[in-house]
Amino acid sequence: MTRATAALSSADTPRICDILVIGGGLAGSSFAIACASAGIDVVLVDRLAPVARTAEPFDGKTYAIAYGSKRILDGIGLWQHAAPEAQPILEIRVADNNAPLFLHYDHREVGDDPLGWIVESRWLRQAAYDRIKQLPSLTQIAPATATSIVRQRDGVTATLSTGQVIKARLLVSAEGRGSTLRQEAGIRAIKHDYGQDGIVCTVAHEQPHRGIAVEHFMPSGPFAILPMTGDRSSIVWTERTAISARMVALPRPKFDREVAQRFGDFLGATETVGPIYRYPLSIELPERIIDRRLALLGDAAHGVHPIAGQGLNLGIRDVAVLAELVVDARRLGLDPGSADLLARYQRARRFDILALSAVTDVMNRLFSNDIAPIRAIRDIGLALVNTRPMTPVRKLLMQHAMGVLGKQPRLTRGLSL
Amino acid sequence: MTQPADILLDATGATVDPAEIARFSKVAEEWWDPEGNFAPLHRLNPTRLAYLRDRLGQRFGRTDDSPQPFEGLHLLDIGCGGGLVAEPMARLGFAVTGIDAAGKSLNIARAHALSASLAIDYRAATAEALAASGEQFDVVLALEVIEHVTELEAFFAAIRRLVRPGGAVIISTINRTAKSLALAKIGAEYLLRWVPRGTHDWKKFLRPSETAGYCRGVGLAIDDLTGMSFDPFAGSWSLSRDLAVNYVLTAWPQD
Repeated sequence: MTRATAALSSADTPRICDILVIGGGLAGSSFAIACASAGIDVVLVDRLAPVARTAEPFDGKTYAIAYGSKRILDGIGLWQHAAPEAQPILEIRVADNNAPLFLHYDHREVGDDPLGWIVESRWLRQAAYDRIKQLPSLTQIAPATATSIVRQRDGVTATLSTGQVIKARLLVSAEGRGSTLRQEAGIRAIKHDYGQDGIVCTVAHEQPHRGIAVEHFMPSGPFAILPMTGDRSSIVWTERTAISARMVALPRPKFDREVAQRFGDFLGATETVGPIYRYPLSIELPERIIDRRLALLGDAAHGVHPIAGQGLNLGIRDVAVLAELVVDARRLGLDPGSADLLARYQRARRFDILALSAVTDVMNRLFSNDIAPIRAIRDIGLALVNTRPMTPVRKLLMQHAMGVLGKQPRLTRGLSL
Repeated sequence: MTQPADILLDATGATVDPAEIARFSKVAEEWWDPEGNFAPLHRLNPTRLAYLRDRLGQRFGRTDDSPQPFEGLHLLDIGCGGGLVAEPMARLGFAVTGIDAAGKSLNIARAHALSASLAIDYRAATAEALAASGEQFDVVLALEVIEHVTELEAFFAAIRRLVRPGGAVIISTINRTAKSLALAKIGAEYLLRWVPRGTHDWKKFLRPSETAGYCRGVGLAIDDLTGMSFDPFAGSWSLSRDLAVNYVLTAWPQD
C-alpha cells in the first residue's frame, strides 16, 4: 500500500461493520462481546476510557447476577474473568420490619446451584475489558462519542468525535437511562420518580455471612444486605430523598450507627468501608425499544426500580435475545438490522420488561409504607409465598428471581450462540 | 465481503446510471419489504437459507461458523428476482451470479445490492443461454423456478451443463397434490392473497419423483429431499419430512 492510499483509508474511508454499539457499560459491552464471540464485526463506542470505568469512583458498587445471567455471561466468555471475585448467594431471607414472618429462599430447593452472585462493578468491568481484548472482530473506540448519526433504510452512518466514520447495518443504544438515541428517534418514555434515593455502601462485619442475602423491608423502603467476598456485605438502602441527603452528610461514626441500627447485630459489629453513594430512584420505560435500524438495550430500554436488583439482569437477557437473533441472521447471510429482526426482538422482550417493571413497582409501593392494613396484607402475603413444601407459585417466583423462566434463548439455557 | 457503497459500478464493471438506480430503488423497497407483495418469500427465506447453508456446507466441507464460509466458490442463482437469496449467499462468501429473464427485477436487484454494499453479478439471461456459453459454477440454485418453466428437459439439461464436477444443484418447488392445490394455489392466491391470482398453474407443478426423474435423466444424482412446511399458528416455515406442498432437493453431478 502506498503512503497516499494508507492515509486515505484511515481518514476518509468509512469503517464498515455489522453492528455499532453506543455505550460501553455492562449491557453494551456484553452485547458487543456476545456478537463478536460469534465472529460478527462489531464496533463499540464508549464515552469513558476503560481506565476511567475501572477506577476508584466505580469502586464499592455491586451487581446481583442472577443464575440465568451468569449462564449468559459464561456463554460469551466473560464470566470466567469475573468468577474469582464473585460471591455466591446461597440463601435469600426477606423480612418485613418487626414482622416475625420470613420469606425464605434456599438454593437447595431448586437445585445445587447458587441463587445468584454478588460481584463488584469494577470486577465485572475489568472482566469485560479482558474479554474484549481477546476478540479480533470487536473494535472498541473509547473515549469517544458520536457527533452525528444518520439512520437510513439500508444502514447507519455515524461520525465520531475522533473523526472516524462508521457504517453499520444495526445501531444499538446501550447509553443507559435517558438515551440520546432514543430521544432522537422520537421514542417517548414513561417516567416516574419514586421520591426515594438509594444509598449504597460496603460494610465489614465480624462474623461470616455464609452466603446469605437479607432483604429487610423498612417503612421508608427496602434495606438489602448482599454478601460480598471476604467478611463484607454490600448495602443497598432505600430512603426518602429528604432523609437520605441528611444521612450521607453525617460524620462517618454517626452514619455507621445508622447503618448498624438497620443492619442488626446478627453478624456482630459492623463498620462501613469505602465510599458512600446516593442516587435518586426512578422508573423510565420507553414506549417501544426499536426504530429503523435501531435497538435499545439495557437501561436505555428499561430503567426499572432497583428493589429486586434486577436492572442488569434484565439487560443481560436483552443481550441473550438480541445477540441470538443477530447471530442467526448473520449465519444465514441475512441483514442483522432488518425491520423483521427488530420486530422479533421487541416481541421477545416486551413481556419480561413489563412484568419486571410492574413487579418491582408494586413491591416498592407495597413495602415502602407503614400503614397497618397494607402491612397486614403483605405479612400474610409473605407467609403464603413461604409455605412449605414448595408450591408451584413459589417455584415460579423463585425461577423468575433467578432469571430462568419461560422460553429461553440459547445463552440462557447454557448453550453457545 | 462488504465493499464501499459509493462506487456506482456493478460487479461486471459496467457503469450504472444513477437516475436508473433511483427509479428502481423505490420498487426495490417494495420487493424487500417483509410485509409487502413478496411477504411469502420473505417468510420462506430463513428456512430456505438454513437448508442451503447446511447442505452446501457439508458438500464443500465448509461447516465452520466463520462469517464467510463459502469464500472462493462461485454460485449461480437462476430466477434471482430481487436478490432475496443472492444477497445472503454473497454475504456468506460466495461469488454470486444472478440471472433472471425479467429485466425489471434485475434493476431492482442491482439497486438493492448497491445499497447493501454487495458486489453481485446480475445478468438478464436464461439458464439455457448461459449454459450454451460454456460457463460453469460450483453451485446452481433454481428456487421456486421450475413451476414456471415450460421446456423442462431443456431446462434440466442446461442446469447439468452449468454445474462444475464436484458441485451441487439445489432445486425447490411446489408439489402437485390435493394439499398443495388447497394450500399453495387456492389458499395463497385466493384466500390469503399472498401472491397475485394466476401466479401459479397447478398442473405445471412437479411431484418430487418427477423432479428427481428429470435430474437423473441429465446425470444429476439425488443427495437429499426435504419438505418445507408452513405453520399457520407460528406464522413461520420449518424444514420437515412432509413433501406434500413445498419441497427442496439437492443433487450432485455424476461423473
